[in-house]
Amino acid sequence: MNTIKEQTSFVAHHVRDMPRSGIREFFELVQGADDVISLGIGEPDFVTPWHIREAAIYALEKGKTGYTSNLGLLKLRKSVSKYMRKEFEVEYDPTKEILIAVGVSEALDIALRATINPGDKVMYHEPCYVSYHPTILMTHGVGVKVPTSEEDKFALNPKRLWEYWEPGVKVLVLNFPTNPTGGTMTREQLLEIARFAQEKDVLVLSDEIYAELTFEGKHTSIASLPGMRDRTILLHGCSKAFAMTGFRIGFACANPELTEAMMKVHQYSMLCAPILSQEAAFEALENGADSVARMKEQYQRRRDLIVRKLNASGLACHLSNGTFYAFPSIKSTGLDSKSFSLRLFEEQRVAAVPGTAFGESGEGFIRCSYSTSYENLLQATDLIDKFVQSL
Amino acid sequence: MEKVLQLLVEGESLTTRQMAEVLNYSEEEVESQLQELKKENILLGWRPVLNPSAEVDAVVRAVIEVKIKPEREGGFDKLAERISRFDEVESCYLMSGGYDLLVVVKGRQLHAVAGFISERLATIEGVLSTATHFLLRAYKEQGYLLPGVVDDSDKPKVSP
Repeated sequence: MNTIKEQTSFVAHHVRDMPRSGIREFFELVQGADDVISLGIGEPDFVTPWHIREAAIYALEKGKTGYTSNLGLLKLRKSVSKYMRKEFEVEYDPTKEILIAVGVSEALDIALRATINPGDKVMYHEPCYVSYHPTILMTHGVGVKVPTSEEDKFALNPKRLWEYWEPGVKVLVLNFPTNPTGGTMTREQLLEIARFAQEKDVLVLSDEIYAELTFEGKHTSIASLPGMRDRTILLHGCSKAFAMTGFRIGFACANPELTEAMMKVHQYSMLCAPILSQEAAFEALENGADSVARMKEQYQRRRDLIVRKLNASGLACHLSNGTFYAFPSIKSTGLDSKSFSLRLFEEQRVAAVPGTAFGESGEGFIRCSYSTSYENLLQATDLIDKFVQSL
Repeated sequence: MEKVLQLLVEGESLTTRQMAEVLNYSEEEVESQLQELKKENILLGWRPVLNPSAEVDAVVRAVIEVKIKPEREGGFDKLAERISRFDEVESCYLMSGGYDLLVVVKGRQLHAVAGFISERLATIEGVLSTATHFLLRAYKEQGYLLPGVVDDSDKPKVSP
């Protein structure tokens, strides 16, 4: 007699209920097409500078193929400490306040897992990077989103923080410069955010991966503001400025108690970041400044070009002060983000990600990455213009 | 640095119209900046960067170390300029170290290049000696890596 029961789904409820990333949907559509000009790329179009790649090869030749300390190679942590002091104006002790993670994605995950009890609330601004809300859900936290908007050039308006705050908020996630909007914060605006964090006793989790790609003025880290260092987990890494996305290197910097907590999660899940990538990251931080400056100059010229062209086509677009994304409004066309992106792809073979892939607040916008050649940008903006005029 | 010049140095080959669009200049403005750069002898001219392995232009290239006798008036310059005037000479540099001039010579056939060196270059008065090295293969030409050295075909077309 057969007693096998019908198989139930083994998928956990919170994973089952998590929406698929909006960008995946679009990815699947575009990936197969080979005649498309893509403004959909969320990573540098530059190849990692050779001196950095060469450092990884050298490490491999030397037989560096093992684990490292859970926190990461000490020489890399020392280098991160020096870099953070110079570029972010914050001091971190390399022996107990810096952890090398597998990209900022892992750093964000362990930071939240180390701090969130089930039901704790996490504020984040939206439109935002695709993984923030799902990562909060995976820690069984509750997301509280705060919209940023066009009239603030997608900076986080401090007034909104007070307005959207609710009891039970433990963490505030910041990401400036912002993927996808290119929004940045002035020091004055950050001071107000800092005051909010201190008054409401909130921990700030600040993802500053695009810091070096700030065009006008120098990037300010919230961790460098008075009283903020010890209530901030500062996340950074090599992916964007050094064009090292595939190396997967991120840093989490925080006070010893928080670092120790993140280290516990990291050691049991990841053990350590890959040693070859750590060696490459060391080379990048020690000797990569010239490469970063050269790439940044090009991004800035591309930004000026694409923003001007989009505005000329009637798609209002603020001059983003950081990242390599333009975030134009498509409201004047009467289309919603998804149909705009879909039709633009189908009719003109240009791929730009719908703003809604980055949350509901992205409705009415598309993300155009200018991490591509001038020629592609000129062609793509001409085609966008053609498309908009045809509507 | 002039913006037009910056763009040229960056290396993406753009028409003057494209340059004008990138920089938000009129085409005339770009043209006049280019003329200015030429007038100031900063921009010497335009040449395509050809793959040396493609047999279209020169098939044979040689790098020649030349020792010369400096003249009382004019030092190395007069002789170096004289050597540079030959069409076969692609580049000519005054060097520090064991020899004086580094001369890059190109030609359609091996014997043509060899003939130029032995009959023309080596016989010029003041040329003391030559040491010729033939180029076998190029891996990078004027900043361009040869195809096959970089492969980023796995990169996704859309990413977060």
